[in-house]
Amino acid sequence: MRCVLVAYVSVVGAIAAHADPIDISGFVAVEARLYPAEPKVSTQHDDWISPSLAAQPELRWKLDDENSATLIAFGRVDTHDDERTHWDLREANWLYNAGDWDLRIGLGKVFWGVAESRHLVDIVNQTDLVESLDEEDKLGQPLVNLNVITGFGTWSAFVLPYFRERTFAGPEGRPGLPLRVAEDLAVFEDSDEERNIDYALRWQERLGAFDIGLSHFHGTGREPRLVPTFIPGGPVFVPYYDQIDQTGLDVQATFEAWLLKLEAIRREGQGDTFSAATAGFEYTLYQIFASGSDLGLIAEYHHDSRDAVAPFTIFDNDVMVGARLALNDTDDTSFLGGAIVDVETQTTLMTVEFATRIAEGWKLELEGRFFPYVADGTTEAAFEREHTFEVRLLRYF
Amino acid sequence: MRRLLISTLVVLSVPFAAVAETPEEKGLAIAREAQKRNEGWVDSKVEAKMILENKQGEKSERNMRLRALEVISDTDGDKSLTYFLSPPDVQGTALLSFTHMTTPDDQWLYLPALKRVKRIASANKSGSFVGSEFAFEDLLAQEVPRFTYKFLREEPCPTDEAKALSCFVSERFPVYENSGYSRQLSWVDKKDYQVRKLEFFDRKSEHSKTLLFTSYRQYLGKYWRAHVLAMENLQTGKKTTLSFGNFEMNAKVDPTDFDPDSLSRLR
Repeated sequence: MRCVLVAYVSVVGAIAAHADPIDISGFVAVEARLYPAEPKVSTQHDDWISPSLAAQPELRWKLDDENSATLIAFGRVDTHDDERTHWDLREANWLYNAGDWDLRIGLGKVFWGVAESRHLVDIVNQTDLVESLDEEDKLGQPLVNLNVITGFGTWSAFVLPYFRERTFAGPEGRPGLPLRVAEDLAVFEDSDEERNIDYALRWQERLGAFDIGLSHFHGTGREPRLVPTFIPGGPVFVPYYDQIDQTGLDVQATFEAWLLKLEAIRREGQGDTFSAATAGFEYTLYQIFASGSDLGLIAEYHHDSRDAVAPFTIFDNDVMVGARLALNDTDDTSFLGGAIVDVETQTTLMTVEFATRIAEGWKLELEGRFFPYVADGTTEAAFEREHTFEVRLLRYF
Repeated sequence: MRRLLISTLVVLSVPFAAVAETPEEKGLAIAREAQKRNEGWVDSKVEAKMILENKQGEKSERNMRLRALEVISDTDGDKSLTYFLSPPDVQGTALLSFTHMTTPDDQWLYLPALKRVKRIASANKSGSFVGSEFAFEDLLAQEVPRFTYKFLREEPCPTDEAKALSCFVSERFPVYENSGYSRQLSWVDKKDYQVRKLEFFDRKSEHSKTLLFTSYRQYLGKYWRAHVLAMENLQTGKKTTLSFGNFEMNAKVDPTDFDPDSLSRLR
């Protein structure tokens, strides 16, 4: 990790010495999390509000048409949760772009997939779960990534020389788990632990209305098993990181206002080999009610055949329905609302999101995550009081 | 931010007259001539500034970098790439469009915060481009087969810089699906075959918007480009002015930049 950083700093230093266009951007954010219900776990803070401050400076150097460097840092200071007070280098990489191929070295971020409510196929980056439960915040991943654009799709090869552990809320944090996650006790199946080298390969191609991606990952699984363990001081969850092989497929078919989506994986290495899939659609109604607004209707079905040994997922047999409203106004105002309902237990997770630009460079975001119904005796019961509402004011520069 | 886009610069065309032609034939001939005079630019790069103004005169601004790749084909139109420089919260967002003559266009949106390339529905022809008075269809390549034409008359061109010129006035009717217009009226000058003005009529056939093309400059000794496009919405009183910095044509743009898989390395 340190080597990567030193190498990066010298590369960036060399490029900066030439100093052509250096672009500085990013944001600073003030956030408040609001909790309508008292916590279930005694260690959790019981204030109704938890403010925090976050910043993400971004620097980009473009040396010439082929060479560029990116540095994106992120940090947050949280009032209650020491685990959420954290910082990370989201990106610190050098890109060589030769047109029909490119090479990226350093800390990077990639996204794979097409679905909205679950990102099954996306596996390169570890989730920064303490940031958000939507699993869309990611930690910077050390990587060497070669992409080749050919007449038969784009091939991407990844060598991932260092593993990042998932972040979890601390004992005071909300939303949180019933037990503290003892990250310092993390157990790795491979004796090289975080230094085990992971590999990934992806092919993606467009065939008419179809965008298709096929991928394989071999290495340390990003999702840990959380094993309840008694240690002096009380019970904790110990994260176990297994060696896995995961093959993924993602397909989107685009027909006029219809987007049809499929993501599927087969994973070996966490109990019995299992498969999981997400299939669904997004249908957009344009300029509804004679306004300029677009309404997107989203539905996705999730199925996951993993057994109890594998890391817990809420998406075992669930239906997600949601709607996205884009006002298409000058402030880019948008709403997103959805519910994920367990077909067997009817346990329901609701999310609402709102975003608008309140002035040039200023953005307001509201985000809520609620559990209107949680069936007794389910793992999800641990979250039943963890409703969280977030208000965020962002200043972009 | 969701609906971004743009495309090739509006390459308008209009009617041209010959003798025993019907108004429809003459309208089509003018469109073809304008298209012919615009062929061969290969690719282009330009910086664009869009100023949005509401009825109260409040303004907001978007800055973009546009690239276009000329495609000469019977079935496919030009490719275009719009990269947003501002407002700052959408910086790095990019929209890639492949236009097709009769089949639906292809569009991909790149969301830099998630590093996600999303193929988006292309049915949204009549929606607003980033909250402006320009609809997506106003900014997409104006390929000849996308309309049918009808020549109406000749009259002096309507903009100051072209008032010494005579213009063909014709109607054109979108034949692609999901257009927000029943028809458009175009003014194209007889000398260079450049569009000087467009009037848009909504689905109820009401005159909804007027677009003026000014500050024409010529590149490579051949290709004319308007540098100021002023759109006024007659129904809401809102205005959008789209102005362009210097065009670079035949600029050796890398064709792989127009591959959806390379959107993540644009910035």
